Formats: sequence, structure tokens, C-alpha cells
Amino acid sequence: MKYEIVNATLLKKEEIATGIFDFLLECPSVSKKALAGQFVHIAVPSKTLRRPISICDADEKTIRIVFQVKGEGTKILSESKVGDKIDILAPLGHGFSVDKSQKIAFIGGGIGVPPMLYSARQCDNAVAILGFRNKKMVILEKDFQEVCKEVYVATDDGSYGIHGFTSDILKKIIDEIDGVCACGPMPMLKVIAGICKEHDKPCQVSLEERMGCGIGACLVCACKTYDKDGNVEHSHVCKKGPVYNAEEVVW
Amino acid sequence: MADLKVNIAGVEFQNPVIGASGTVGFGREYGEFYPLSVFGGISCKGITLQPRQGNPAPRIAETPSGMLNAVGLQNPGVDHFIQNDLSWLKEQNTVVIANIAGNTYEDYCQMAEKLSVTDVDMIELNISCPNVKSGGVQFGTSCESVGAITKAVRQFCKKPLIIKLSPNVTDIVSIAKSAEYEGADAISMINTLTGMRIDIHNRRPIIRNNTGGLSGSAVFPVAVRMVCQVAQAVKIPVIGMGGITTWQDAVEMMIAGASALQIGTVLFKDPYAPVKINEGISQFLDENNISSVTELTGTVKLW
Repeated sequence: MKYEIVNATLLKKEEIATGIFDFLLECPSVSKKALAGQFVHIAVPSKTLRRPISICDADEKTIRIVFQVKGEGTKILSESKVGDKIDILAPLGHGFSVDKSQKIAFIGGGIGVPPMLYSARQCDNAVAILGFRNKKMVILEKDFQEVCKEVYVATDDGSYGIHGFTSDILKKIIDEIDGVCACGPMPMLKVIAGICKEHDKPCQVSLEERMGCGIGACLVCACKTYDKDGNVEHSHVCKKGPVYNAEEVVW
Repeated sequence: MADLKVNIAGVEFQNPVIGASGTVGFGREYGEFYPLSVFGGISCKGITLQPRQGNPAPRIAETPSGMLNAVGLQNPGVDHFIQNDLSWLKEQNTVVIANIAGNTYEDYCQMAEKLSVTDVDMIELNISCPNVKSGGVQFGTSCESVGAITKAVRQFCKKPLIIKLSPNVTDIVSIAKSAEYEGADAISMINTLTGMRIDIHNRRPIIRNNTGGLSGSAVFPVAVRMVCQVAQAVKIPVIGMGGITTWQDAVEMMIAGASALQIGTVLFKDPYAPVKINEGISQFLDENNISSVTELTGTVKLW
């Protein structure tokens, strides 16, 4: 059977920025299969729906997730204690396809940064471009420095790193790279996809939408994409995505 | 071991738990967790004469003990269903119910006619989808319109015909009676209750369609009440649904008057719900020396 639900053990937990939590989960059957850009669908006690959270990193035995408290469900999840069992349906969705030998820019914006870590790990020549609102919100910089050849950090207000957007940095290095993988707010992804198109570089983007079943049955997480014949359709982020080629997306 | 088999309009189900339309697609995804035969039946995603793309996102919002959805009948169309999904579904050893929705009488009748010459086991008439401007619920909210659509489709439908009712009505009992009078073989109920949530920061409804259908535990007591009222007023079987989450809910719904059950929203959190619900029912029956699940139906002792 393709899908399974496992009770993952919470091994380590840390609040790495205000309201942003870093969980290390022991779940070997999932971590062995997990691909960069895939997500886990987490059941939260007393809530009707699971919460989709991207995989930040994985090894033989564990997966790491980094999530922001946005509502009651993620609040409850953030209150889990080390040793607790966490009910996850995973790994789900299509991830990034990364050519190990190419020079790829892994671009994350805000809470779109975490999935780029495991993605960058798949590449021998990774460049990270990480964007945050301000210095307080900067996360995972050291992790990316371990994995990537170059790491650029930008903040919207200039309180840390480069003053500006991830797209400003991309424009400067676009001629040196072979392609882009990105996750973050839709306006950021749109600009990045535009830059890549202009410079004829392949670009993959990870999209987000309010989700139900997580496996493609309930059809709620619709986004406008082009099918193989170029017709606009509603495809589902949980199953066809979350990672799409930028040219598939109706911007 | 108690017998979990139920019979609805001459169709035998291995157990009373049916996957509710709109929550299980055409079965393939849940078939990646377990053999689909863990469900007594599958009611497929509502299909229309032509493919539909549905509503823009967001299509879902969580609510206390439930959720709102407004998918808007996204589906590949009846012909695609017949060509691509039906034969696979028929191999899964579960009852296959085609759920159909339309804009006009002709749409419903044409689909019923097409499906009548296929291997579909039953047809469920969706006249209760709250999330599309045309495509169902306009037929589902008065006795006259429910009677008329049932009568029209009945002429073309050679399969057992289930009418799926909306709870967003004043008198669901009279509506159920109209469906029965015009030839329905069974009633399924309840579809979702129309609801709305608003983001207080931007004052926008969370769902792009503004309103959506409420499902999940929150609606269970409403569903039990309505199933109970309708089951006492009609002779045809009632398939009960609306917020069933546990085996206890399932037993309660049958005691209220349901001859079979549909489950939906619970699957999103626990895909294994049909397995657990059937095990729970079975154990309850054994512990109470009840030999068949059918003995539960309608045994409520009203005060």
C-alpha cells in the first residue's frame, strides 16, 4: 500500500524564532522514503483536519519539520512534548527534482525556507537565497551554510543581511546558475518565475493551499495550472503538487 | 460474529459503511491504504454531464468540530467516469454508487440513462449540493421540485435510485415523502448544512465561494434528528450520514433509523475510520447478542 499513517516520536523540539518551531521526529519508514519538497499531514488532537507541513530535512531514521504557529491547530502541535507520539500521514505529494551536478539556486521566503534545506542537500552545487521579514525571523541560516556552497540572506527591512528581496539576489546571480527551486509567498514565486522565464532557466515552485484529505480525494486544495494540452485546469496541490514547474502554473 | 451485511433496494452491501460522495473521489486514493472492500460501498464524487472545474480556492475552512467546503462539483464528467473509473471500481468488491448532479432535468435524465446501461450498482441523485449556482439544490428544497425530478429521472433510471436530501429545508419529512411517492428506492441524508466563516482581519469569507457546506461531528445531532424523523415517515430505506466519526455514532445513526451509513469528513483525519467503525459495530453486536446489524435499524424508543 502506497500510503501509511505512523506514530512518530518527537525526539527534539525547539522554538527557533518567535512562533516558529523545529521538531525532530523519529519515523524510519517515512524518512527512508521522503523526497525533498514532500510534506507530512499531521493529525492534531481535537481538530477535524490534519495540518500539512513540509519536510525540512530527513535522514535514515528521522524527519525534521519547521512550522509556524498560525492558528489553533499549529498552536496545539507546538505544545507537544519530547517523547510524545505524533500521528503523521506521510510522505505526500510530488517533490523537487534536483540534478545533483547542476548549480541550482534554492530560494525560500519566510516559512517557505524550511523545505529548501532537504532540497539543497540533494545538490552538490547548491546556492541558497533566503528571505525574511526582519532579523528576528531569520531561521536555519547555519543549516544552509553546512549544505550549500553559497548562502545569501535578505531581509525586507534590512535589519539583517542584504536589504531587499530574494528576487533582487536572484537577478544578480541568474547567469551563473542552471535552475531554481523555490518556496514562499505567491507574489515572491511569481516574480522569481518571471525572472527565470526571462533568462530561460528552469524553475520549480512549491505551492500552498488550504488542504483537506492530503491525498487527492477531496479536491479542495485547487490551484490553477495548465494541463499537458495547455488548457487551464484546477489541479490539486496535495497530489499533483506541491511542486510544479513554474510554466505549469497560471500566474 | 455478527452479520454486518445490509440490503438496500435489492443491492447487498458487505457492511453498512459507505464512503460518502465528495470525500473519496473515485476510490483510488483510499485504495492505496487498504482494499476498498473495507467499505460496504463507495459513493463516487458527484458527476455532471460535462466536466467541471469547480470553484476557485480556498475551498475549505475548519470550524469547531467540523469543516466547511465549497468544491463546486469539480469532476471529469460522466463519460470519463464510465470510461476510466467504473471498470476499476467494479473490481474492488464493493458496491459502486454513481452520484449525479445537473443543471436541468435533461442533464439528470441523460446521465441516468447512460449509467443505466453500465455496471454501476446504484444511482444517487444529488439534489442537495449547496456550493454551485446551478447543479442540484434548486431541485432539492421543495416537495414539488423533489417530486418532479425524482419522477423525471425514474423514467430513465433502470438502477436502484437513491435521492440525497438537503438539510437546508423547512420540512425534510415532506420532501422525503415526495421522493418516495415518485419512485425513489432509498433516501440518503443529510448533505451538508450551508455555513460561512469570516477572517476578522481582512473581513473576507475564508471560502472563496463565500458560503460552504458544513460537515463533521458538528452536524451529527442534526443528522440523527432528521434521519429519525424521515425513517419514521417513509417505508424505503434511509442511508444515514452527517458527522459520523466513531462506531458509537454509527450505531446511534442506525438506531435512529438508518439502514446503512455514509462517512466522509472523518476520513480526512483518519483514513482507517471504515475499518474501525465496522470493527466497533461488530463488537457491539456480539456483546449485545445481536446477530445482524439490520436489527439495529429504527429501534429508537422515542419518549
